Amino acid sequence: MAIARETVEQVNSVSDKYKYGFFSDIESDTAPIGLSEDIVRFISAKKEEPSWLLEWRLKAYRHWLTMIEPEWANVHYPKIDFQDIYYYSAPKQKDKPKSLDEVDPELLEVYKKLGIPLKEQEVLAGVEGAHNVAVDAVFDSVSVATTFRERLEKEGVIFCPISEAVRDHPELVQKFMGSVVPYTDNYYAALNSAVFTDGSFCYIPKGVRCPMELSTYFRINAAQTGQFERTLIIAEEESYVSYLEGCTAPMRDENQLHAAVVELIIMKDAEIKYSTVQNWYPGDENGVGGIYNFVTKRAACRGDNAKVSWTQVETGSAITWKYPSCILQGDNSVGEFYSIAIANNMQQADTGTKMIHLGKNTSSTIISKGISAGKAQNTYRGLVRMGRKAANARNHTVCDSLLIGDKCGAHTVPYIENQSRTATVEHEATTSKVSEEQLFYCQQRGLSEEESMALIVNGFCKEVLQKLPMEFAVEAQKLVGISLEGSVG
Amino acid sequence: MLEIKDLHATVGDKEILKGINLTIKAGEIHAVMGPNGAGKSTLSYVLAGREGYEVTSGDVLYKGENLLDLSPDERACRGIFLAFQYPVEIPGVASATFLKTAYNAQRKFRGESEVDAMEFLKLVREKTKELDIKDDMLKRAVNVGFSGGEKKRNEVLQMSLLEPDLMLLDETDSGLDIDALKIAADGVNRLRSPERAGLIITHYQRLLDYIVPDFVHVLADGKIVKSGDKSLALELEEKGYAALSAA
Repeated sequence: MAIARETVEQVNSVSDKYKYGFFSDIESDTAPIGLSEDIVRFISAKKEEPSWLLEWRLKAYRHWLTMIEPEWANVHYPKIDFQDIYYYSAPKQKDKPKSLDEVDPELLEVYKKLGIPLKEQEVLAGVEGAHNVAVDAVFDSVSVATTFRERLEKEGVIFCPISEAVRDHPELVQKFMGSVVPYTDNYYAALNSAVFTDGSFCYIPKGVRCPMELSTYFRINAAQTGQFERTLIIAEEESYVSYLEGCTAPMRDENQLHAAVVELIIMKDAEIKYSTVQNWYPGDENGVGGIYNFVTKRAACRGDNAKVSWTQVETGSAITWKYPSCILQGDNSVGEFYSIAIANNMQQADTGTKMIHLGKNTSSTIISKGISAGKAQNTYRGLVRMGRKAANARNHTVCDSLLIGDKCGAHTVPYIENQSRTATVEHEATTSKVSEEQLFYCQQRGLSEEESMALIVNGFCKEVLQKLPMEFAVEAQKLVGISLEGSVG
Repeated sequence: MLEIKDLHATVGDKEILKGINLTIKAGEIHAVMGPNGAGKSTLSYVLAGREGYEVTSGDVLYKGENLLDLSPDERACRGIFLAFQYPVEIPGVASATFLKTAYNAQRKFRGESEVDAMEFLKLVREKTKELDIKDDMLKRAVNVGFSGGEKKRNEVLQMSLLEPDLMLLDETDSGLDIDALKIAADGVNRLRSPERAGLIITHYQRLLDYIVPDFVHVLADGKIVKSGDKSLALELEEKGYAALSAA
């Protein structure tokens, strides 16, 4: 594996510490600052939405007003002024582009810098770094391009920005949106429901195995802008899809809010594999700037033998508050959660999962790898609930923490609720340190200190990295090394 | 190749090396013997540059350069290899991955192109065959769950692959049965050449039956108290270190 070395090269080649820290001078179309019913109406009008959706947004907004910010997470930050955020910012475009040739070249440049090929012909011609992946690119709040749509349509797969789905497939959106994460669910889900601006929609019809990976790249560009995207994926009976999301943002001194909602619906005998590489700007070494990543992700296994697998590599963001969950309703349904959470410098991560077992013979696996370095605090928080009817349900949890240096912290907060007499719940947890001995051993074989650290940490994360689709795994290994830069010595 | 002049080193507050003088020329194998606590392992760590082993005075020249200015990885890339007394476990990192990363790091340092996985595998298979090591070991995580003998063989395998100019062996014989000992010795002997040198740290003379040294030194209380040829090792075996310290 030349990964460790490549990692360091990559780090060295980047003069800025955060590779994606550039910001692009793209004219954007922005709503007035702050939040009110008018802003909600403004967003809905901009998107030319049907009235049912506006009503839903307004209900969410009114409900949000009655809620208070959650404070139970092990994260600390100054109160957010929700009136000091722009809730809508779209790259300015006279008319919607008909093809990529009409997309602002400046914007294409941004995606090029991120290593995301948007032009299908480039993808097909084998441009460096291009994979056979259909991409939906969401810039600030708006989806700018979705590739490979025709090929997907042949299979009956719908993959498009959610705003388009609202227009073209309203029956699907109306039926499923909010059915897994209702707007009353929590503070940030309510906020998102009121002001979400775009995101990805995907629908896999019965019996279809999606012929390629689907992927969305999210990018926050404009200053003082919140990103509130919403992703909805529906896998009908006996279907399969693997979906990837990647996120980056420019380096800015102020904190930016990202409050997304992701809903997955899995029917009988279907499977969704959902992978995330989250690399939002984490702030600088002193904790200035960075993204507040407050995200609600949930999957509902509605039919028997349904399966969902969340794999996440969380390296960015100043604060991460995120618990991708599985509701295992169908009998024999399976939920998996594989997580790598890295917190360096002043980053704080409070992340984990919820496995709600309702059906018989349901099973879940949780493998969490938390890495803390610098002065960071990293918390695993997870709930395993066995319902009364969850006969013979099984859970196995492995929760490993790795500490680098002596100023960081790792915390594990498992909650187990069992109402089923025949359920089995297993929890294993370990905490270890990268030892001076391990570093010296690697260095004595010729690896630099950073390469040694990257190798050791990648080894620690291996079980989770293996769960990622191949194209992502390589990227994620590099990212692991990059995010730990400066943690040694 | 290596010139150690009046080397003093401390670990924590304690002075362990109290004025070592030793010159090793290319083509020579030197053995350092001595009782427990004499400073044998400390000497190997100081030469490899381990953190916490502080040189308080003296010089070490390696190929004419000041060795003490270099970081551990620079020393490794310049051809110093330390076979550890207690090889370290690295969970999740396959031995093959570890070896390839190290091999390419050193090639890159020398301005050579990195080898790809296929090429590397071919190379490493030659070495495992020579050393009678099962290929299965390459898939396992570095030293994790290895027996004492496997760990030492893994060290010898790494050394054979990296082909260092200066081999430092820190009690490679401890924990080895006679067959494993022969294999380890064989690995070292294969590398012996007029361009290479070796420093073999051992408690017992047993290993020296298989790796015949040009010189033998006795280290006691941080100093070399006696030097000689191979016969000195036999003498020590017979009379013990106590007799020598008393003398």
